[in-house]
Amino acid sequence: MSAVSEIFQRLIQPDTQADRVVPPSGFTAQLTLFAAGAMAFLAVFALALSLAAGRLAEQWGEELARTATIRIAAPADQQQAQTEAALRILETTRGVAQARPLSDEEQAALLAPWFGGGLELDALPVPQLIEVLETAEGMDAAGLRLRLAAEVPGAVLDDHSRWREPLVKAASRLRTLGWLSILLIGAVTAAMVTLAANAALAANAQVIAVLRLVGATDDYIAQAFIRRFTLRALIGAAAGMVIGMIAVLLMPSGGDETASFLTGLGFKGAHWFLPLFIPPLAAAVAFGATRMAARRTLEGLS
Amino acid sequence: MIELENVAYSYSGGELLSDISLKLAPGSFHFLTGPSGSGKTTLMKLCYGALLPTAGHVRLFDADVRTLSRDDVAMLRRRVGVVHQDCQFLDHLPVVENIALPLHVSGRSDSAYGEDLDDLMHWVGLTERAAAVPPELSGGERQRAALARAVIMSPDIILADEPTGNVDWDMSQRLLRLLIELNRMGKTVLVATHDLSLIRATKAHVQARVLRIANRRIQLAGADL
Repeated sequence: MSAVSEIFQRLIQPDTQADRVVPPSGFTAQLTLFAAGAMAFLAVFALALSLAAGRLAEQWGEELARTATIRIAAPADQQQAQTEAALRILETTRGVAQARPLSDEEQAALLAPWFGGGLELDALPVPQLIEVLETAEGMDAAGLRLRLAAEVPGAVLDDHSRWREPLVKAASRLRTLGWLSILLIGAVTAAMVTLAANAALAANAQVIAVLRLVGATDDYIAQAFIRRFTLRALIGAAAGMVIGMIAVLLMPSGGDETASFLTGLGFKGAHWFLPLFIPPLAAAVAFGATRMAARRTLEGLS
Repeated sequence: MIELENVAYSYSGGELLSDISLKLAPGSFHFLTGPSGSGKTTLMKLCYGALLPTAGHVRLFDADVRTLSRDDVAMLRRRVGVVHQDCQFLDHLPVVENIALPLHVSGRSDSAYGEDLDDLMHWVGLTERAAAVPPELSGGERQRAALARAVIMSPDIILADEPTGNVDWDMSQRLLRLLIELNRMGKTVLVATHDLSLIRATKAHVQARVLRIANRRIQLAGADL
């Protein structure tokens, strides 16, 4: 812990002399800033994607897992009897919190998108639907199916798993891909800073030789480079993050999230604070990368 | 102070130095001479830990250089002032900051040494040039700045490799006088030079011993020099 705080202290308390021993570098410094900014911008989007996909996966999973539907397609004269039989079975089934046949009006509302309003249900052989709400433990769908098959020949149980699973799977896969992108962005940032640091170390070979000659330790020499690249990554990533957040803010939002995945892409509540971690993380990555590059280079010198 | 015991040094091409034994006692003044390419600079580098011997032992302040960590070597260089043949500086910093550089890298504030620094600048005659950057200096000024930088930490040993390499006779005399003065203050001095007349001129002022590298070995040169 003390090592971390010491590092932090060295970073925030500039030793101006130590900074000055390495000549200022104009163009490459701007490249590092730019690259860190671009990476932070991408990281904001990858983060938004992961979080939105995660939210969807959870929401779909939860909402749909708690409900099931029983469809009773029987000849008109048996419909009532079979519905009652099914309800009796459901009453004695473990894991069923509530079961309720949909009223004619509700059924008509469900069909309205296909047949239009003002539909006369009596004119059509519409099956009766029973909405089943499960308890938290869930029910044994296979067992229920067997009992229904034995006693209510016209009943079909649909526990939504057929179309729920691929959706939930896709959403959670998308979330994984998002996190993987963030990891890759971090790795690319590290690679980029390493390249830039190596270039800076090579360009300043004479400075390093002079410093070694007058008794500077590797730590002292490395510090000048580490501070520079850490600050550049921090500033660049902060700018990229702010621009990325603004871009996410400007995304059109579309009310209900399940309605469209695209309009749900963004941050919700406390998640708005997560991108704030990107600049410090970028700085930490730059710190580590520069430190390793400096160590390697310096150990190769006399 | 510096002790070499049966030291050999080989480059990939072959052996440059072999079987060299040498002891620099505190307060002594030594010249190191020999034809160009005979290994003077290599021997100097062995003496401040920039090179490790391929055989034998080099002991600096009673520590074998082979056992020293990189940080140990850095600490050691604060006790050994080195003047390079081609003095290198931080070209973007003014002379006065270059001279004070050893203080900064060892974490001492130069305010505490402000007066010493002024004295030192005056001593090497660079007070007027304090604000110039190294590329603006003449050869002699660079050599004097390098010497000032080498002694600012008040080292026990001063190693000077061809300190009079690119300066005229008067300037080389002045530089030598500075080194003699340091020796009188008790510093151990080792000067590598191929300039025999310089050695002769110096021997009148200080009891200097002359080491000569010939045929990869070191010999104590006679009084005939």
